[in-house]
Amino acid sequence: MYETFELLNALALMSNFVFVPALSYGSQLALGALGITLVFGILRFANFAHGDLMAFGTMVVVLVTYWLQAQGIGIDPLPTALLALPIGIVVAVAASLAIDRTVFRFYRRRRAAPVIFVVASVGVMYVLNGVTRFIIGPDDQRFADGERFLINARDFKEMTGLAEGVTIKLSQGVTVVVAIAVVAALFWFLQRTRTGKAMRAYSDNEDLALLSGINPDRVVAVTWIIAAVLATIAGTLYGLDKSFKPFTYFQLILPMFAAAIVGGIGQPVGAIVGGYIVAFSEVMVTYAYKKALAYLGPGGWEPEGLMQILSTEYKFAVSFIILVIVLLVRPTGIFRGKVIT
Amino acid sequence: MSIGNLSPLGMRTLGAYIGMALLLILIGFLQSWSVALVLVNLCLISAIMALGVNIQWGYAGLFSAGTVGFAALGGLAGVLISEAPIPEAWSAGGFNVLMSAAVLAVLIAAIFVIFAVMAPGRARKIVLTLTVLVGYFVVRQFFDAGTDAIEAVDPALTGFLGGLNLPIILSWPVGGLLAALVAWGIGKIALGLRADYLAIATLGIGEIVIAVIKNEEWLARGVKNVSGLDRPVPKEIALQEADWFLGWVEWIHSSALQGVSGDARLDMLRGFAQYDAGIAVKLCYAVLFTAVLVCLFVLAQKALNSPWGRMMRAIRDNEVAAEAMGKDVTKRHLQTFILGSAVIGIAGAMLTTLDGQFTPGTYNPLRYTFLIWVMVIVGGSGNNHGSVIGGFLIWFAWVQAEPAGAFVLDLLTAGLAEDNPVREHLLDAAAHMRPLLMGLVLLLAMRFSPKGILPEPVRADR
Repeated sequence: MYETFELLNALALMSNFVFVPALSYGSQLALGALGITLVFGILRFANFAHGDLMAFGTMVVVLVTYWLQAQGIGIDPLPTALLALPIGIVVAVAASLAIDRTVFRFYRRRRAAPVIFVVASVGVMYVLNGVTRFIIGPDDQRFADGERFLINARDFKEMTGLAEGVTIKLSQGVTVVVAIAVVAALFWFLQRTRTGKAMRAYSDNEDLALLSGINPDRVVAVTWIIAAVLATIAGTLYGLDKSFKPFTYFQLILPMFAAAIVGGIGQPVGAIVGGYIVAFSEVMVTYAYKKALAYLGPGGWEPEGLMQILSTEYKFAVSFIILVIVLLVRPTGIFRGKVIT
Repeated sequence: MSIGNLSPLGMRTLGAYIGMALLLILIGFLQSWSVALVLVNLCLISAIMALGVNIQWGYAGLFSAGTVGFAALGGLAGVLISEAPIPEAWSAGGFNVLMSAAVLAVLIAAIFVIFAVMAPGRARKIVLTLTVLVGYFVVRQFFDAGTDAIEAVDPALTGFLGGLNLPIILSWPVGGLLAALVAWGIGKIALGLRADYLAIATLGIGEIVIAVIKNEEWLARGVKNVSGLDRPVPKEIALQEADWFLGWVEWIHSSALQGVSGDARLDMLRGFAQYDAGIAVKLCYAVLFTAVLVCLFVLAQKALNSPWGRMMRAIRDNEVAAEAMGKDVTKRHLQTFILGSAVIGIAGAMLTTLDGQFTPGTYNPLRYTFLIWVMVIVGGSGNNHGSVIGGFLIWFAWVQAEPAGAFVLDLLTAGLAEDNPVREHLLDAAAHMRPLLMGLVLLLAMRFSPKGILPEPVRADR
């Protein structure tokens, strides 16, 4: 009986610090990586500006949320940000279409090399970064409101009688629910609608798609719209879960790229799987297992040290290591994405 | 060569250099010569970094997003070469750190042996994974014990291993080597795949290098900084006290000193000496940096005009054709990537030398990756003169952007009250104008002047 409790305690501890956070972080990464992978599949370049597009869209959501809060409008117990989300999405979509029109279309018409698009996207990244920081400043913004917890640690302990509690924040629940809904809608769109099929055809073989009368401008525009929608949703969920800080979003591009490449770049399913792989690895590698091992080991025993594989300062090194392993072992990624130019 | 013989591009190059020189001289007259020289020194370093990026981008079309990491590695070399070793730290944790390095070496050797001996397959994968895992924990065992002991040694002042106590100027080539080594590793992995993968991988390595130098305090004190580094030029104080220097100052300012005597004269002389010492030191740096720039420039130019350079251009312009002609594209890419990174590493070490301190917190990608990119693209990718001019001009603009931006915003909001929230917000936000402006400059340059100020020369068939 005692052993069972110890085991359950260890499980509760791990769910609280590893499983739940990684699941919600993974969902956020997956949504971001989906945008990167779609842009890659259709426009054929790695969009460095995606992280800052996320920051830009989220910034609009944050500002609208503040305004709504000041007006006393809310949807308690859900966070007000969900109400502001559509406005953020509209602004981000408009911005990304405007960027395509002013920056990328020119190179597309010239059939410039992919690397030129990458350089241009880095330029866009800094412009968006500057705009975001200019408007909202570089500091942390906390805009989450409504109920804080779905399950809090104390209730869980009382319910189960365990020493370790499991907390599920409302933002984590919202993240998972929204992510499932968005992904379902996206797959329905790609598989079932005419435009979605046109996008897949275009991504698979551009020339053949053009021959069969697909309008490339339309495909590209739809791609940017979807990317901006996904980016804003991902950014808002991340911001609700943690906090909104422009620089953090800039740093998110590395895990998002890693997720897209692990899954097989250009493959939507791959981006989702990749998002969870990166998130779970990151959390598991930087988690200190000391207490969990103490529960699992013989009574009274505690391991020396924190039993942490890498300290949290190096968490993005995890994305990098995953990236390196994939490039070395299977450059096409799990779902065989595009590798050769 | 008389000016009459110069090609239009040659004239343009000459014009660009003269224009830049005039701009700097203008600063000398308008602000002060000290300010102008500070600007010149940083311009020289920027030009070298731009040269490095131009080798990667202009010669070979390789996009690296991790320049900041290579510059930081150069800076790290400055500390590792010039600081005095700290015996207490070595005796406290040196053995464990060396042991962890030895175990790491054994681990790497073991990996190679496994690859050589075992046949590919599931068994090899399992053995490899186990070896790496076990090896990692053994390395960590020694490493953690060693570094904890080192960081505990007088943490307010040292807490790191120190360096080799050699002249700091040696760190310039060593910084280049360090950067080249890392570039080799990353290039091996990411080159030969899609061009975007190099960009993504270098972005990652750049961030990791910065994280390592910020957090590994046993190595170079991390964010606690190492200051008071060795200098390749005399100290201002020493100059002010040297008789020959004072004699020199007296001679330069003889007209101003004329007719003044006694204490007043001494005070005046001291004032002049103080100012001139600052100028003299900056001039010494400028001479050193110019020498390095000229050397690297000549080498880069020779390489570009050699058969090797012709091959690189052929690869850049048409990879498939070059490959069909029997050129090993991936190998050549690796070569140029390493060379360019080494040049950036050298410049990074020079920057730390000039600052006299190593401050990991200051390495940010906007300043050390993106800005250098803008320099190369605005200057003219593929043209080494263009990179130098781009380095000077963009650094100049970068330094002047903030006061200029603040001035413009001040002017725009002059109608608003002093404590108007809009005005306050805009003035606070002036600092964020930089990424915005530089992003716009890059996008506009790429769109409307893709060849840059000094385009790559069109080479006729011989």
